[in-house]
Order: sequence, then structure tokens, then C-alpha cells
Amino acid sequence: MEDQLKFPDLTDAERKALEELMPDDMSEIITSGLKRRHFLKLITFTGTSLLATHFLGIEQLMARTTAGAPLPPTGVENGVNVAFKVNGSTQKLLVDSRMTLLDALRERLTLTGSKKGCDHGQCGACTVLVDGRRVLSCLTLAATCEDKVVTTIEGLADGHTLHPMQAAFIKHDGFQCGYCTPGQICSAVALMSEAKNGEASYVTRNVRQTGKSVKLSDEEIRERMSGNICRCGAYPNIVDAIREVHGDKAVAQVWQFADGTI
Amino acid sequence: MRPFKFSNAGDPATAITLVSANPGAKFLGGGTNLVDLMKEDVMHPSELVDITRLKHADIEKTATGVSIGGTATNSFTANHELIRKNYPLLSMAILAGASAQIRNMATNGGNLNQRTRCTYFYDVNLPCNKREPGSGCGALKGVNRNHAIFGWSEKCVAVYPSDMAVALAALNAVVHVEGRNNAKRTIQFADYHRLPGDTPEKDNNLKQGELITSIDLPTNDFAERSYYLKIRERSSYAFALVSVAAALSLDGNQIKQVRIALGGVAHKPWRASVAEKWLMGKEATESNFRAAAEAELKNARPLEHNKFKVVMAKKAITRALQGAMQGGVYGLEG
Repeated sequence: MEDQLKFPDLTDAERKALEELMPDDMSEIITSGLKRRHFLKLITFTGTSLLATHFLGIEQLMARTTAGAPLPPTGVENGVNVAFKVNGSTQKLLVDSRMTLLDALRERLTLTGSKKGCDHGQCGACTVLVDGRRVLSCLTLAATCEDKVVTTIEGLADGHTLHPMQAAFIKHDGFQCGYCTPGQICSAVALMSEAKNGEASYVTRNVRQTGKSVKLSDEEIRERMSGNICRCGAYPNIVDAIREVHGDKAVAQVWQFADGTI
Repeated sequence: MRPFKFSNAGDPATAITLVSANPGAKFLGGGTNLVDLMKEDVMHPSELVDITRLKHADIEKTATGVSIGGTATNSFTANHELIRKNYPLLSMAILAGASAQIRNMATNGGNLNQRTRCTYFYDVNLPCNKREPGSGCGALKGVNRNHAIFGWSEKCVAVYPSDMAVALAALNAVVHVEGRNNAKRTIQFADYHRLPGDTPEKDNNLKQGELITSIDLPTNDFAERSYYLKIRERSSYAFALVSVAAALSLDGNQIKQVRIALGGVAHKPWRASVAEKWLMGKEATESNFRAAAEAELKNARPLEHNKFKVVMAKKAITRALQGAMQGGVYGLEG
């Protein structure tokens, strides 16, 4: 009843969706930025069409783990039996040799967090982690994944506690439409371990100097994230989010609501 | 995508036998180029043999240098201590290519065998002698801004896309391949890729079923002074308009040895041997670098839309050599 008063414009279904999408500990995960009540206020004021847009963005960030029994294959030619781990659970599938890992995740395992952007390895929306390394699932044949360990956006959060990179993307508004966001976040999570391992990039000052871990400048973050395209142009905010997770101190949030609150 | 048979080879001999026995079969490495070409119906192998689990992924010291495995990934190679310390030119070149995701997937052998990104090759509705021999070259009189200024033929003006290979050309790498019945041979890097001539459908001199097992990098004294400069339409994740791999060794300020290879200008990595010869024994100065670049580009044959590459290549050669002089530190090439 209280919710109904808060959201007079919402249908029951929308209200339910909103509640499902909001983690219980929302206000705790963002210490210096977005508060739950402000978030709700924003949504209430934006009306239903904008609301849908925001849902899309938020939905990408918090895509839930839903993998139940795999959907059955249809019209398989040159079938390959393959068993691999996805977000901790073993999946056994009979796949057409042509099926990409991306299609297997989306169409067979109903893990639709990973997105099909260009389907040609040019946009990065399909980025997932395979054996801990970021790869393009649209150019990975599912048949090659025997015994591999796959982590998708759905596998990053620990229950209702978001992965720090997910929380940082919310705090810094690292997305607008949200379509590239699962790929951006998976890519950024892998980037953290690459930096920790001391891996170099093209803009690394001197590749001959090897060391344990790399401190990433904004230029380094941009170069290392160049495989993930964002057509909304949220790049500055994405860089802020990554810098916050990579560094040891909070990065100031640069946006605020029209009434001056954050 | 057309249907194909998939198999996962347990050992190199099996993989080689499978691909040798079927003219329509291909080895599958990272698949970053091949799978894309199959989606576009540019390539349509009837069988793919996954070689990524074969034991050819090591990087190790040899008596004559360092050997890098054919199925080692580009990321692993670029970041390996032996490569970063001794062949920083190769690390830089690999890291200049593609994106982190693609470098994690792509193998060294696959990188060498990637196909041109010529748009006429990719568009199955347009003529292309490389894709369909005899159909003509759409780019020769078409939109050829991204195409060759050296070594092209009337049959094909496409350029070869790899960055890694440009460094390997400068480093005088040696490609080790294995064919059917344990037939092993080595190919000098300069002889690995081909100019288009009358057979642009052949990118390189591998025979059907031959597998790249490793690539040897001979010992050199270039580690202190080498640089990979890549010029492209956006600052990352794009193919080169022009790229330069430059390496120098000095005696005082006199050039003892110099290697220069260009990317984005020909059907194969282009060794700038005219410029190299010009520089031997000379002082390592900017004006000499510029004069050497002028000498090399005298032989360029630009097409209607890519005359800018001649000027760009001259400047890029000079800048890359200066970058090498600055110790290969990124961004100091002037």
C-alpha cells in the first residue's frame, strides 16, 4: 500500500518488476553516491516510457542467474556433445557445430545477459570470461568449450551483493541504454586481473619493464577497454567506474539530480 | 553459416592427417577471423579441426634465440617475460592489434594466416580475385583508400592486416611447419607470405594440411632500440593505415644494423630494404632517417585514393626510427 502511494503511475506489474530489480542492500553498496530513495524518486518522476529505458539499463547490470534445465536443441546438424561450467554449474549440451558460445548461452541456457551486438567481433557486447580471460562469445564456437569454465554477467554478483564493478557502474552512471554494459563489466573485471598480473598494453610506457602489477592511467584504461564499444558514449563514466575499482580510493561522482541531490 | 564437421584433434599428427585428407578442411585456432568469415560466407570449410589443445603453446629459449608456439595465444606471447625483455618490438606490435578479448583468443599461427580486411573480399556480392579467382578486382578501380602502395598486381591490391607479422618480418623470424607423415620444414619469414601476382587467392606458401608448430626469433641486439608505430583512423582497435616496425643497433651514433618493416602498404609485411641499405653505416640522425624514408617511398605505386599513404609512410618511418632511438618508450617517438 505504501508502495502504491509512492508510485501512483505504476501498474502492479511494473511495481513488482521494480522491486525485483532493486537489490535489498542498494543503499549500502553505494557509499558516496546514489541512495535508494533518490533512485526511486528518479524513476517515479520520469514516467513510464523513460522508466522502461531505465529498467533496461538496470536489468543489464543486475541480470539474474536463471539457468535452469537447458532448452532442447532444434535441427542440429553435425552435433557435438560438449560439457562446460557456466557460472559454477556444469552444463551438458548437444550443439550444432555452428553454434557460438553466445547463442548457446542465450538460446539454450537462457542466460540472456550476454548481448549480441554486431555478432562479428567488433563491438564487445558479447564479452564473457572463459577460464578467467575475457573473450568474445560471438566468435567462440560452443563446440570448442569442452571442460572450460565460463563466467557471464549473471555469475558476477554474490547473491544479492553486486560485484564491485557492477556497483561502480551504477555509482558512476557507466551506461545509458545498457546494451553494451554486460560486456563492458565482464571486460572491466578481466582487466583488473590483467593489471594485477602486470600485463602490458600498447600504451604502456615501456614494455621491457616487467613487474607484478600495473597502475592504470585513464589512457591505459581507455586503450585496454577499446574492444567494448558504447554507442551512448558513456565512456568517461565507464573510465571513472573502473578507476574506482582499480584504485584504493573513491572517485567523485560527477553527476547529480536536477534538484542538486546525489 | 554453412554446416561443417567439427573435430577436436588430440595430437598434431591426427590434426595434420585430417586436414591433409580433406581439401575443404581448415585448422581452427582462436577463430577470431575464420568464424567471422564463415558467418559472412566468404569462407566455407566443410570441416574444422580444433588445434587449440595441441602442445604447441610454449615459449622457450633455444640455442639461437626464442621459440614461440604456434598455438600460444597472442596475449600470452606479448606478455611473456622472454618476449618483453628480448623482443619488445614483437610485444608492442601484438598489443597494437585488435582488442584484449581478441588477443586472448587469437593464436600466433592463426595471426599469420588471417585474411585481408579488403571490403571487396568481405562482400560476397562484389568481384574479388582473392575470394573467387577470375571474378576481377573490385578495388583496383574502386574505393581503394585502404589498399596497397607496394607490390600489388592488376589481380589484387589488397593489404595484409597483421601487426604481429610486421614485427616478425623485421626480426627475421623463421616459421616451423609440419605436414603429413611428419614432414617438417622451415620457412624464412620473408618467404612465408606472398605478393598477389596472378594467384591472389594464395596468401602464403603453406600447403593444405601444413600446421605452424612454432616460430623462431633469432637472437639480436635490438632490444634497447626498437619501436612499433601504428597509424589508424581511431586511436585503438582498428587496422593500420600504415604501421612501421623499426629496430636499430648502434656503434656510437653510427648505425650498425637496422631493420624496418611496413604494415598496411602491401599484400605482405613490406621490408623497407632500400631504406635499410641507405642507413647502414650512417649516423643515426633524424635527417638521415627522413632521407632513407624518401628513398624507400620512391618506389611506391599508389592507387587513386591512397596517395596519402606515401606521405604518411615517410613520416611514419622517420617517427618509428626516432621512437627506437628513444628506447622504445611509447609516446616519445616525436
